[in-house]
Amino acid sequence: MADCSQAGSGRHSMDKSITLPPDEIFRNLENAKRFAIDIGGSLTKLAYYSTVQHKVAKVRSFDHTAKEVDGDPLYEISVQEEITARLHFIKFENAYIETCLDFIKDHLVNTETKVIKATGGGAYKFKELIEKKLKLKVDKEDEMSCLIKGCNFVLKNIPHEAFVYAKHADSEFRFQNTHPDIFPYLLINIGSGVSIVKVESEDKFERIGGSSIGGGTFWGLGALLTKTKRFDELLQLASRGQHTSVDMLVKDIYGGAYGSLGLTGDLIASSFGKSATTDKEFSKEDMAKSLLHMISNDIGQLACLYARLHNLTRVYFGGFFIRGHPVTMHTITYSINFFTKGEVQALFLRHEGYLGAIGAFLKGAEEDNPNQYSWGENYAGSSGLMSVSPDLNPMQRVRSGTFDMLEMDRLERQLVNLPLLQDPSSYIPDTVDLTEDALARQYWLYCFEEALDGVVNRAVASQPDLPQAVERAEKFRQKYLHKLQTLRHQPFAYGSLTVRSLLDTREHCLNEFNFPDPYSKIKQKENDVALRYFQKVVRSLEKLPWEQRQFALVKGLLAGNVFDWGAKAVSDVLESNPEFGFEEAKHQLQDRPWLIDCYDQWVERLKGPPHKCALFFVDNSGIDIILGVFPFVRELLCRGTEVVLASNSGPALNDVTNSELQILTERIAAMDSVIQAAIKEDRLTLVQSGSSSPCLDLR
Amino acid sequence: MKLKDAKKTSFPWFGMDIGGTLVKLVYFEPVDVTAEEEQEEVECLKSIRKYLTSNVAYGSTGIRDTHLELKGLTVHGRRGNLHFIRFPTHDLPTFIQMGRDKNFSTLHTVLCATGGGAYKFEEEFRTIGNLQLHKLDELDCLVKGLLYIDSPSFNGQAECYYFENALDPERCRKMPYNLQDPYPLLVVNIGSGVSILAVYSKDNYKRVAGTSLGGGTFLGLCGLLTGCESFDEALELASKGDSTHADKLVRDIYGGDYERFDLPGWAVASSFGNMIYKEKREAVTKEDLARATLVTITNNIGWIAKMSAVNEKINRVVFVGNFLRVNTLSMKLLAYALDYWSQSQTKALFLEHEGYFGAVGALLGLLNFT
Repeated sequence: MADCSQAGSGRHSMDKSITLPPDEIFRNLENAKRFAIDIGGSLTKLAYYSTVQHKVAKVRSFDHTAKEVDGDPLYEISVQEEITARLHFIKFENAYIETCLDFIKDHLVNTETKVIKATGGGAYKFKELIEKKLKLKVDKEDEMSCLIKGCNFVLKNIPHEAFVYAKHADSEFRFQNTHPDIFPYLLINIGSGVSIVKVESEDKFERIGGSSIGGGTFWGLGALLTKTKRFDELLQLASRGQHTSVDMLVKDIYGGAYGSLGLTGDLIASSFGKSATTDKEFSKEDMAKSLLHMISNDIGQLACLYARLHNLTRVYFGGFFIRGHPVTMHTITYSINFFTKGEVQALFLRHEGYLGAIGAFLKGAEEDNPNQYSWGENYAGSSGLMSVSPDLNPMQRVRSGTFDMLEMDRLERQLVNLPLLQDPSSYIPDTVDLTEDALARQYWLYCFEEALDGVVNRAVASQPDLPQAVERAEKFRQKYLHKLQTLRHQPFAYGSLTVRSLLDTREHCLNEFNFPDPYSKIKQKENDVALRYFQKVVRSLEKLPWEQRQFALVKGLLAGNVFDWGAKAVSDVLESNPEFGFEEAKHQLQDRPWLIDCYDQWVERLKGPPHKCALFFVDNSGIDIILGVFPFVRELLCRGTEVVLASNSGPALNDVTNSELQILTERIAAMDSVIQAAIKEDRLTLVQSGSSSPCLDLR
Repeated sequence: MKLKDAKKTSFPWFGMDIGGTLVKLVYFEPVDVTAEEEQEEVECLKSIRKYLTSNVAYGSTGIRDTHLELKGLTVHGRRGNLHFIRFPTHDLPTFIQMGRDKNFSTLHTVLCATGGGAYKFEEEFRTIGNLQLHKLDELDCLVKGLLYIDSPSFNGQAECYYFENALDPERCRKMPYNLQDPYPLLVVNIGSGVSILAVYSKDNYKRVAGTSLGGGTFLGLCGLLTGCESFDEALELASKGDSTHADKLVRDIYGGDYERFDLPGWAVASSFGNMIYKEKREAVTKEDLARATLVTITNNIGWIAKMSAVNEKINRVVFVGNFLRVNTLSMKLLAYALDYWSQSQTKALFLEHEGYFGAVGALLGLLNFT
């Protein structure tokens, strides 16, 4: 740690001379507009809105009525340019502010921007510098309202934004499902002092209390007591200290517990009380620890009194005292747990440091109505949560101390929870949480790393005619490899680590380097092959007696799923032998009973009246959708059941997208009267899931 | 106090409260000793009475608070004076040794003690002093002692008071307060740490809150920051300092009031918040630091007391404990803070015998013991 802190203090002398890698730090500045800046005591957070031009894959049906030649592709794939909105947030040390402002000035093209929204204590101090450098008018916004606005925004848009901290658990960070209704909550901001704010709705909040004993007290008193100047160093001291040598505990007074009141012997009766009664010298570490406990406990008690008074159970903590520091998160968590007897859990936020900047930005961008859209965290462009835990690899620490980024993409449409979800707040879309399961994590990280070559090759192959595909694919490889390495050290960086999030991160990285749909050609080919078999499969199914047919249909659904991303063996076969057929897959299925087997109940139910409506979330292209799902759908339609097919809005692996499915459905309808009639009568409808992820998330 | 058989409790009458920092001792000196009694009085009892009543200081650290002495009381059917004595807890072994030297154990009396030390030092009293302690709960004693001393029929002297215009040096006045109907009452006991009790009747009270930031924290931090060695010295330093040199005020951040949230410019935004700057650390004096420590601890206690009062729906808060001894600075701060933040809804009250109620409660326990 000594090396790190030296590197930290050394930076100040060379801050003017750093060169910023433009394609990594202030990206998309050329299209940037609507700036906001939040300048705190030591960190500056810059926010801007920009547009990103990137490639998207489109499919278009050929006109098949003119000629029907064998071997012609089913539909046309094209890559087009699309412009989407992106929010950029960058966090850096105040020491770099001048360099950064110069950089922005040099790269800023858009001249319509006239104003920069500013908040935070330093906004006042740096006002002139910003106005001089950027030639933008500084428009100050109230700190607290920005904080709240930012907090509402991240809670609404980022799943797994909030977490509880458990120092001794397998996974220190336990991410929380965000309740669809985020209000009301208590925000306890521990800056130099403490503010306690009750937030009741988007626009309604109230500062219900506060305390002067906060981060400034820890820092100021700590500096006096230990002659240690930097806040981080004080925390390091505290993490090595023993408060029991400085504090007077209940057992120092009682000799044990104070049983009748239920006060245990280890409870602090009087902070620094031992120093009041003895003349001995205390170590810096011990004093810093005692101070940390004193302040954390005091805040915890206050928070608990206010939570009780206002009957609130969701309590979020933020401010520079917290900011991802494991030591303070631990003491605050402990204290809240103690004072509320476990009824309230202290919650922390992954993007807590950005709240002010996000809020200030939102205030300046109200005419763009950013709150009417859904925004998604872009894993490719975001640094993720950097733990400042001392045992973290030192490179990561240095990086986290310089530039940290958050990028959010505007999603095409506002996302809502699937209305059929019974309790969205307890719904967990993933089966394994890799943050908690270290073995599974290692396995999957290995799998993704192993599969990377294949993905890179496929990406290159998907764009034979486009320039620099090989170079871009290589950049993709480096980026994704770096993400995997980050996740190996900090599995909690982007919320709960799951197979889904690993896949999503890969999609984001692919998109970043303009590979919107590496599987497009494979999907096209598979769809093509499968379509040729459709009528044959349907005919042979129709020949079967009812009961046998039902079983064959279900087997068809399962067999289609053998062509899935998870089974590496299958993807190998697919790669080398595209003729690997549907029949073969069916033969490979295990005999019943299957791992999860409700087949008997299903058949019993089918003997009853028809279902009113069936909703399918479809998965893979080719054999799965065409030979597995469609015959099954057809059977349901014949029974009089309406069917809705939900598919991804954007490409993800070999999953069939909504636009591809439209073409496929048309083609099948042309061959099959049942499907055709159902479409005409609106008994078969296609909808988009809003997702571009290979895994299902109904939220 | 109605007691069944007064005569049976033999002298000497002591009540002891052994806290984390201080031992508080009350001693009832009978003045109606008959000649006959005096004849019977054993030598050692006489010598104890004489030693305690003829001195105001004991050893190098024991002190009798003569200004608190209650004269001509009738307690338990006997007339006498009540003496109030204190010494540091770390000198308790000397006290026990003295009891042994003066053959205290031959008196066959019961020694009633409360406070954590009654538990912690029980063994030492027994093995070294050959004394059996009768242990009493400290909060029970506190409440009983407080209600006893404050009962209007007790001695007719004004025990309870408050401050008018607390922070105005010209107009500030100490005013007697009639606590005739004391319930409900919030009692904030500031010793080494702080306990807050809601008292609803003579026998019905509960501990509603507490904090580890108390008198021990003030003295402990002050010692580390200024090198001072005693509570009185720390207070002396604090009286000459200016806490705003160490603290960051609302106006230091916002240039004035933070109107959006009704925060006045003079309010402390961050205790010791200015001490994060090197130049300010170099300019600050010991006196400033002592004052800032006092203000920080006092305001924090005031705020938790206010919150507890709101939660318990009680509007009278009485502050007791030895942190307030000769500490008018803190008392006035508490009075002002409570008045200001509660919009005069909550009143801060103080008691003359601030730190001795636990010991008085222990003495009452002795008289009830037989």
